[in-house]
Amino acid sequence: MARKDWGLLLLLLVVGGVTAILNPRFLSAVNLLDMANLIGLFGIFSIGVGMVIITGGIDLSVGSIFALLGVVFIDLLVNRGVPWPLAILAVVAGGVVLGGLQGLLVTKAKLQPFVVTLCGLLIYRGAARYYTTDATMGFGYSDDFDWLGWLASGRSWGIPHPFILLIIVAVVMGVLLHRSVFGRYLFAIGRNEEAARFSGIRTDAVVIGAYVISGGLAGVATICLVFYTNSVSPSSFGNFYELYAIAAAVLGGCSLRGGEGSVIGIVLGTALLQVLQNLVNILGIPSSLNFAVMGTVILLGVLADQPIVRRAIPSFRTLRPGRGTAKPVPGSVAPDRS
Amino acid sequence: MAADTLLSLAGISKSYAGVRALVDVSLGVEAGTVLGLIGENGAGKSTLMKILGGVVQPDAGSIVIDGVPHGAMTVASAARAGIAFVHQELTVLDNLDVAANIFLGREAVAGGPLRLVRNRAMHDLARPLLQRLGADFGPETSVSKLLIAQRQLVEIARALSVDARVIIMDEPTSSLTLQETERLLQVIADLRASGVAVIYISHRLHEVKACADRVVCLRDGRVAGGLKRDEIEHNAMIRLMIGRDLRSLYTPPLASPGGEICVVDRVVTSAFPDRHLSFTLRRGEILGMAGLVGSGRTSLARALFGVDPILSGEVRLAGQAVTMRSPRQAIEQGIYLVPEDRKGEGLVLDMKLSENISLASMQRHARLNLIDRASETATAREQQASLRIKTPGVAVHAATLSGGNQQKVVLAKWLSMAPRLIIFDEPTRGIDVGAKGEIYTLMRALADDGVGVIMISSDMEEVIGVSDRVAVMHEGRISGVLDRPDFSELNVLRLAIGQPAEHLETVS
Repeated sequence: MARKDWGLLLLLLVVGGVTAILNPRFLSAVNLLDMANLIGLFGIFSIGVGMVIITGGIDLSVGSIFALLGVVFIDLLVNRGVPWPLAILAVVAGGVVLGGLQGLLVTKAKLQPFVVTLCGLLIYRGAARYYTTDATMGFGYSDDFDWLGWLASGRSWGIPHPFILLIIVAVVMGVLLHRSVFGRYLFAIGRNEEAARFSGIRTDAVVIGAYVISGGLAGVATICLVFYTNSVSPSSFGNFYELYAIAAAVLGGCSLRGGEGSVIGIVLGTALLQVLQNLVNILGIPSSLNFAVMGTVILLGVLADQPIVRRAIPSFRTLRPGRGTAKPVPGSVAPDRS
Repeated sequence: MAADTLLSLAGISKSYAGVRALVDVSLGVEAGTVLGLIGENGAGKSTLMKILGGVVQPDAGSIVIDGVPHGAMTVASAARAGIAFVHQELTVLDNLDVAANIFLGREAVAGGPLRLVRNRAMHDLARPLLQRLGADFGPETSVSKLLIAQRQLVEIARALSVDARVIIMDEPTSSLTLQETERLLQVIADLRASGVAVIYISHRLHEVKACADRVVCLRDGRVAGGLKRDEIEHNAMIRLMIGRDLRSLYTPPLASPGGEICVVDRVVTSAFPDRHLSFTLRRGEILGMAGLVGSGRTSLARALFGVDPILSGEVRLAGQAVTMRSPRQAIEQGIYLVPEDRKGEGLVLDMKLSENISLASMQRHARLNLIDRASETATAREQQASLRIKTPGVAVHAATLSGGNQQKVVLAKWLSMAPRLIIFDEPTRGIDVGAKGEIYTLMRALADDGVGVIMISSDMEEVIGVSDRVAVMHEGRISGVLDRPDFSELNVLRLAIGQPAEHLETVS
């Protein structure tokens, strides 16, 4: 784990510790497992969005992808009688296709990622609402899907399945990002796309790959989310979730300039966001302040990571005799990146 | 001369990180005259102009304008003193109209808290300026609709609108057609007649000859000499630009050049779609590519490396035609580029040395697409040792290294693979002397190993000192190829400005 990740873990423990002191119920098994469930649900797609952010792009579309794929998923299962493995496959493939299209628009048509995925956000949401004529879709009273529901949102040995899925996704994506050739290319492109191209990397293909991963993981997350809520109301399902993902990635050390970030950081960032949400509830803070608390903590976290603040922190050490001069913080000697 | 000297510089010196860009430069320009400023690439012209514009502060010396000394200028004080620039790269904004560009930052505004812009008033103010320059467009025209030559007139109008008394033109004709150049020279003559002083910087000596009253030549950051009106001749100017002893950098090849490694046959690049160029590269030789900035050398390198398309013609490598539609394809065929923009295109500065070195050959350092870090590090260490890269380790970021060592990292990336043709674009720019020598030795070793080596360089000492043959480019064509016996700065320069080479004896 990098220095940043340790810092984030420390912050997570401090926030958790303070909350636990103020209200011991925070540490109750029920509460912890509820949080783990939410961390799982949000973490899966945040990792995908993080991949796109590492290329220097952004993905605003995932929240609407949930709505569109969500209604399609329920429709396939309930109304069209499609076998569940096929329905799952269709939803994940749908995410891959939507992500791939966005990636093509970003690389081949050279559109800005913000614009492409913003349009995606609008189009998918609209399509989802039109598809159901704005009606909420659910599984009704049938218990045909109980087993599937258990798989997607149940618990084994007390641990929520979305959390287990997140661990699996995080391990796979962690290896992909930090150990594979593809991951190396992602970082290289995020840092300097031109130099990557001049080294023979098929930069377009790699960037499209990142959008495909983001779309595909959004598809996977859709299935868990659908069974979490048990119904999909197309105008509100997944609203703002893209912002949770971006917030988690940024909190987890991804730079919106690209080229920085880690899977463990994104998972920790997701966890911190969920702890903050939980803290607002459990400490009796008016829930209207929910977003404000989140925004403040993200701002402070990002601020603490600024070179100017980071340089100020080790300088305290130099005041103590015998510690020698502060070593330059790794990265603080980075050249001008205009 | 002293009486009406509008602008004079005395004893200006400037160093960048220990490299002396300007040493004790003094010159003056009088009202109503045109001063031609010449010198090779890197002679210090741009630095001098940056100092005049207040962009860069001199280490020593003074600037006197109208008898008022200015120790150091700022951008604002330069503008107040009546110094205006017409840049090589145009600085007009094409989302605004002509008048808005002319008065940018000095807009006519109505009173009141909103400070609304009075467009009509600006148009009225701009119209006479444009008329004075003989412009065929009005102040309300959108700049996006103007040709480059017309945009340049907008810049000159901007200079006139601040009552500029010294207008500095830096390579103003580099993207103009012949007729447009003629008209610009006419505008300059009119400016001179109205009492404006013009400093005209150009590589195009016939233009300098056509418009300058006096010529000053910079060489290696010093004033190499001046010429009066009736002394301004091509050869006199070239003599001033050269005139320095060349250190011998030359190491002869192990064996005399063998067969053709690479043949470039009537290749057309997108930068010069109406010109084609041909040359051959022989086994064991270093082919120097000389020419002025913008003569098409870098476009050629980019085309050979697959960055820009080759519109027509053929490239043959060891007798076989090759196509390069992307850098990836070029790399697959063993064609590598050490780019001019080291930090922008050569390196990922915020990545480790070892990661930079392996970036182009990732698959060789991976099993099942998972990176074998041990093999990656081993290769990096090998290259570090053989290229003598000075670094605390291969895990440090490339950004922390000096220019020379960064260049070695770019080289290490290619040398760890299987090069057949390496194109070096300005391989020693911004690199200290010691590392330069090492890079020359490496190039020679590559050539001796049978790798094709093309070296693009604007450094005359390097071109003449290192190459076995020199191809000189002029406006998108190869204007001549020199063999070692014919090497001279004079010949290279003559070819670079589009004149035939001649024998050294004819010029003393």
